Amino acid sequence: MIEVERVCRSFTVGRRRARRTVHAVQDLSFTVGTGEFVGYLGPNGAGKSTTIKMLTGVLAPTSGRVEVAGLDPTRRRTALARRIGVVFGQRTTLWWDLPLRDSFELIRHLYKVDRTVFRSRLEELTTLLDLAGFMNTPVRQLSLGQRMRGDVTAALLHDPAVLVLDEPTIGLDVVSKAAMREFLRRINAERGTTVLLTTHDLGDIEKLCRRVMLIDHGRLTFDGTLDDLRATAPDEDSIEDVVAHLYTGGSMPRAGEATPP
Amino acid sequence: MIRTYILLAWTWVRASAQYPGSLAMLAIGSFAVNALDVVAIWVIFEHTRSLAGFNRAEVMFLYGTSGLSFALSDMLFGNVDRLSQHIKTGTFDTMLIRPAGAFVQMAVDRFGVHRLGRTIQATVVLAIAMPGLGLSWSRAWMVPLMVLCGIVIFTSIFALGGALQFLLVNAPEVANAFTYGGSTLTQYPLSVYGGELVKGVTFIVPLAFVNWQPALFVLDRPDPFGLPYWLRFAAPLAALALAGAAVLAWRAGIRRYRSTGS
Repeated sequence: MIEVERVCRSFTVGRRRARRTVHAVQDLSFTVGTGEFVGYLGPNGAGKSTTIKMLTGVLAPTSGRVEVAGLDPTRRRTALARRIGVVFGQRTTLWWDLPLRDSFELIRHLYKVDRTVFRSRLEELTTLLDLAGFMNTPVRQLSLGQRMRGDVTAALLHDPAVLVLDEPTIGLDVVSKAAMREFLRRINAERGTTVLLTTHDLGDIEKLCRRVMLIDHGRLTFDGTLDDLRATAPDEDSIEDVVAHLYTGGSMPRAGEATPP
Repeated sequence: MIRTYILLAWTWVRASAQYPGSLAMLAIGSFAVNALDVVAIWVIFEHTRSLAGFNRAEVMFLYGTSGLSFALSDMLFGNVDRLSQHIKTGTFDTMLIRPAGAFVQMAVDRFGVHRLGRTIQATVVLAIAMPGLGLSWSRAWMVPLMVLCGIVIFTSIFALGGALQFLLVNAPEVANAFTYGGSTLTQYPLSVYGGELVKGVTFIVPLAFVNWQPALFVLDRPDPFGLPYWLRFAAPLAALALAGAAVLAWRAGIRRYRSTGS
């Protein structure tokens, strides 16, 4: 469903003399099969968002080949948009000044979803994500949790084959987080939607992902199951410590062993 | 594409209709500010009978055609010049993940009927000017065509300016020199300007085809700069060439797009 082959993406930053090239993603290759639920981890600035943007056609790769749902994202961006759903946790894809209901109605037209199909799907999502209380509220007045649920609904109304989530639980409280995870689990299990999820919340990974990929300095440093991940650092107790161990290459002091001042 | 535009525009109109007072004020404001231009023309002709060889009705005709082209182009597509804001805030990313052209989504963003104010003003000026020209149909047929070409030319400049913002995110005003500047330039007969400038806006940035060259045909005037007669009919050609350049530049811009950090 997602194929990434030897992909690089670099940016030139700075001006004139201070100009230098930053390699956000280097020689990245992976495949994600239909129906998989994959967690994509990495420290800040590791290249997660850059990867997501290349998968969705927002950014063109500098070199290499990307294929999502059978399409080249850069060349067939609008065609791909109908087959994938994207959630940017940090910003909304909804129309800021429009009531949630109008945003959804617009999406129905933009994605050319059949009216009856749309109605039953929206009804289902409204129940699952408990949207009924704020369907007529403009998006700018929604709380973060409500907005996120709205965004996830918007990404699923056209029943995409692939769902790409960039930090969908960022800033959510414990209850909302649990509800969101349960919802994503169901979508993956019942509809067979392929899900790629980036997050800093390892609870998301533990609860949802059968497979984990780890990116650091633009390179894939781990790809395997959650158990494989734990096995990389058998001394560590929690998954947090395992990941911290991987991010720092084992140089981070463990809890309780912090160097005294 | 047109369907998407109308759909989004209608949604924005409904959203803004929640504040009818503000809508009316904006429309009246835009009408009034531009009406001052006409007052300026009126004042000039209180002191003279001709401006660089053109009488009051003719100058108003030039003003009206350029104004109408610019107002319609600005109303429908002028928003493209806000691209750098969308890039900076990251909202441009959200446009790229929807199954619609980024240009259309940019152009229609926050569409409001208040933008009609200037269009109405330009139409009124043109309606006042036209009867004073005593045109026959053998020349008047050019008028709708020149307005249309003007719309295409201004829209192409807006798009080129937008495309430039992919490179110069911090200099969105560069293009304004050509859009708003071009609109002001073409409000008067180009014969008030120097020959070098006129050649520049004929052969480089084809602003002369917004109204000046076709108007020479409509008004049946010799070209004060002695440029070839066939240029009067070249407006569609110039418009298409510029539109082609704009499409290529916009596409190149999208390919070069770098997004923001997160």
